[in-house]
Amino acid sequence: MKERVNKQHLFWRAGFGATPDQLREADRQPLRKVVSQLFTNSRAFTPLSVVSDDQPDKKELKSQFKEGKLDREMLKDRIRENREAIRDLNVLWVEQMASGRAALREKMALFWHGHFACRNQNNVRMVQQYTNLIREQALGNFGDLLMAVSKSPAMLQFLNNQQNRKNAPNENFAREVMELFTLGRDNYTEHDIKEAARAFTGWGYNPQGEFIFRRNVHDDGEKTVFGKTGHFQGDDIIKLLLERKETATFVTTKLYRFLVTDEIAPDSADQQRISQLADQFYRSGYDTAGLLETIFTSDWFYEPKHIGGRIKSPVELLAGMQHSLGIHFEQKQPVLYVQRTLGQVLLYPPNVAGWPGGRNWIDSSSLLFRMKLPDLVLKAGEVTIKPKDDGDVNTALLARKVNRLFASTIDWPTFEKAFQKGSEEYLLDELASYFLPQPLSPSQRNLLLKKVKKEAPRSEQIRTLTALLLSLPEYQLC
Amino acid sequence: MHRRKFFKNSAFATVGTLLIPSFLKAYESKHLGLNQPVGKTLVIVQLSGGNDGLNTVVPFRNDIYYRERPTIAIAPEKVLKLNDEIGFNPALEALKGLYDDGLVTVVNNVGYPNPDRSHFRSMDIWQTASDSDKYLTTGWLGRYLDANCQGNDCIVHRAIEVDDTLSLALKGQDLNGLALLDPKKLYNQTRSGLVAELSNIKPAAEVVASHPNVSYLYKTLAETASSAEVIYDQSKVTHTKTVYPASELGNRLKTVSELITSGVNTNVYYISISGFDTHINQPGQQERLLRQYAEAVAAFTKDLKTNGKLNDVLLMTFSEFGRRVKQNASNGTDHGTANNLFLVGGGLTPGRVFNEAPNLTNLDEGDLKYTVDFRSIYATLLRDWLKVDDQAVLGRQFETLKVVSQS
Repeated sequence: MKERVNKQHLFWRAGFGATPDQLREADRQPLRKVVSQLFTNSRAFTPLSVVSDDQPDKKELKSQFKEGKLDREMLKDRIRENREAIRDLNVLWVEQMASGRAALREKMALFWHGHFACRNQNNVRMVQQYTNLIREQALGNFGDLLMAVSKSPAMLQFLNNQQNRKNAPNENFAREVMELFTLGRDNYTEHDIKEAARAFTGWGYNPQGEFIFRRNVHDDGEKTVFGKTGHFQGDDIIKLLLERKETATFVTTKLYRFLVTDEIAPDSADQQRISQLADQFYRSGYDTAGLLETIFTSDWFYEPKHIGGRIKSPVELLAGMQHSLGIHFEQKQPVLYVQRTLGQVLLYPPNVAGWPGGRNWIDSSSLLFRMKLPDLVLKAGEVTIKPKDDGDVNTALLARKVNRLFASTIDWPTFEKAFQKGSEEYLLDELASYFLPQPLSPSQRNLLLKKVKKEAPRSEQIRTLTALLLSLPEYQLC
Repeated sequence: MHRRKFFKNSAFATVGTLLIPSFLKAYESKHLGLNQPVGKTLVIVQLSGGNDGLNTVVPFRNDIYYRERPTIAIAPEKVLKLNDEIGFNPALEALKGLYDDGLVTVVNNVGYPNPDRSHFRSMDIWQTASDSDKYLTTGWLGRYLDANCQGNDCIVHRAIEVDDTLSLALKGQDLNGLALLDPKKLYNQTRSGLVAELSNIKPAAEVVASHPNVSYLYKTLAETASSAEVIYDQSKVTHTKTVYPASELGNRLKTVSELITSGVNTNVYYISISGFDTHINQPGQQERLLRQYAEAVAAFTKDLKTNGKLNDVLLMTFSEFGRRVKQNASNGTDHGTANNLFLVGGGLTPGRVFNEAPNLTNLDEGDLKYTVDFRSIYATLLRDWLKVDDQAVLGRQFETLKVVSQS
């Protein structure tokens, strides 16, 4: 039984959970094999696509308007389409996560999205390119990923590097690349930032959404960064950052918090492990897949205190629920509504620092909503909670579409096949061990059993108990 | 670290296992602060979207203002004058009445260094009280809750947001505020389905022992259910006779007033209203919103006066940024920086215009420069009004404005 619990733990942490069928298959394999299968299943990469590469952005649309190629109404429609396409991309990505295909890749892409947090509401092409970039390189080399993200138009735009010019430097990108993407606070000086910002002058993008180095606005003078002096350009700074061991430690710590536990006490065993993992990461030249494999095949990863110790993020909660039961929403609104109400909208992180995560996901209202969610999803219940308007006139559209039903199709027949045998009590225990990381307490068990009609058909019993189990606070954990 | 301290100090630790029903009852009466003096109350009204301060408090003697805003400026004869330089938008007529009664203080040029013109980011900065290049995961009122949470005195509904979801401003490290649109709605939510039954149930003891997040979830649930019940029980007996305008803000301020009168132990209320992102055809839109605001606040003030609470309640209104001095080509304005802010209540040294009008000749890329850090306002509200340690909340010392009367 412990074997199965461990595998479920792995499927949740390295993906969005497993279906009963996936678990049954995994039962026949040793754990190591299940881990290697995760990598095999994520080998292929399929880009998400909602627009072609020549979709004009807001700026281009405005210039077309000025040239008289579009009238005002058409301009407004096209800008709206752009934003709508970004939402389509969001929903497409959640669907991909919920599908279970390349689960580890998508899970790590979600991690990198929080790490390299980036937001852009006007240019779906850039956002699509950024999304596919972090998905494509999610399991590759961190150094390559860092370089690619740093040169992505979406990030350059978000962190104002298009405005970073010789004689008028903008330090935003240089600061965040050190504070949030590589070294972490206290591992660099203000002087390092100033000098690095000069090296990044000239990094920008063209109207086609491609990275360009604009030599004419680049400051080619000498710079001194981390005590080293040279006529540095942006690429050199990225290399200098990767040479610093602090980068490996910072990224490994963040990954450990994401995959293992976010309760890390000083001088704990966790600290020692992080330090060993960071050594490995650094020595391997930032091989992400290798680091993940070490984590997933270590005994400490399966310690009982880690199993069910982590609070699922809203997207993990939703995608996981969809994956378990084969849920497909007929419209995209519910997918966006859940993200918005619970505070995690993909492609729209709160700021460059990403989502704080952990207990930050939970307050009185978000917990009540999470407990109500199964009712909405499984029974198309009535929506009574309205997410806050964030003030931006351009996102108001989303808020207004709240009162739609959660119409969906659910693949109950496939799910129910796995739970045909035994009494109601046995059924409850089977379902509980499938959905929850921990066994039910006797009082919880009694409470739930009271809600099942003994004479009801099996199918109804399964659905009733599923809805109840998904409403438990324990289901918020993985 | 904090969290551990909290668990150790809280009554939970002494019980051994969490949340047995009898314990819950004791918890309710002892720890939800019934029959304790409430003290001063702070009400915050957030105008989301970036309210245009220059058309709210109009510099009606300033030529630059009229030159930069040829189609949307408010004509001098329409302005409700506060002094020789500035006056309210005519839509703020109801607020002008309060000003004339000495109940309103206008603070000009409030902002912060290196302003950010993104809604989300600037609101983050206002709600967390961070520097513009730092990222905090707790809100200033959440940290106020943390700082006032000692031993058995941790009350989630010490800070209430009148809404369905909770803003970052009210999220602390150990404690979060409570979001409720109206007491009955929240109460029904906690009584429906499994929620009520679960809040009386304990998870397996061995699970709780090894999984702090399990106890965190059940603790949150139990606190929510208890607070919802206490608030609902207390508030259902109080119904105000004052007539409020039927706007969203009117309804929410009415809820706040009834909660205040009912004696619920809440010191901070938070409300946000939106629609202030006026890039296009600003005048009609902004005037409608300002009128709603002024009329709702006037009704609220009248209500407090009737109940003898006027001197115990202070209302602060802010927006995440002001708007550009120069209007745009669509009869609107784009995102700007420093802005004015209102304090309303009977506990102020007779209300007035606190400081100098904005300087339109000394701009930062077309935007106003701040002279009052918004955290000075927060420090004033914390130290002088709520009488708490402002540095514990804001992380460092900010000068307070001398606007609270020393009574």
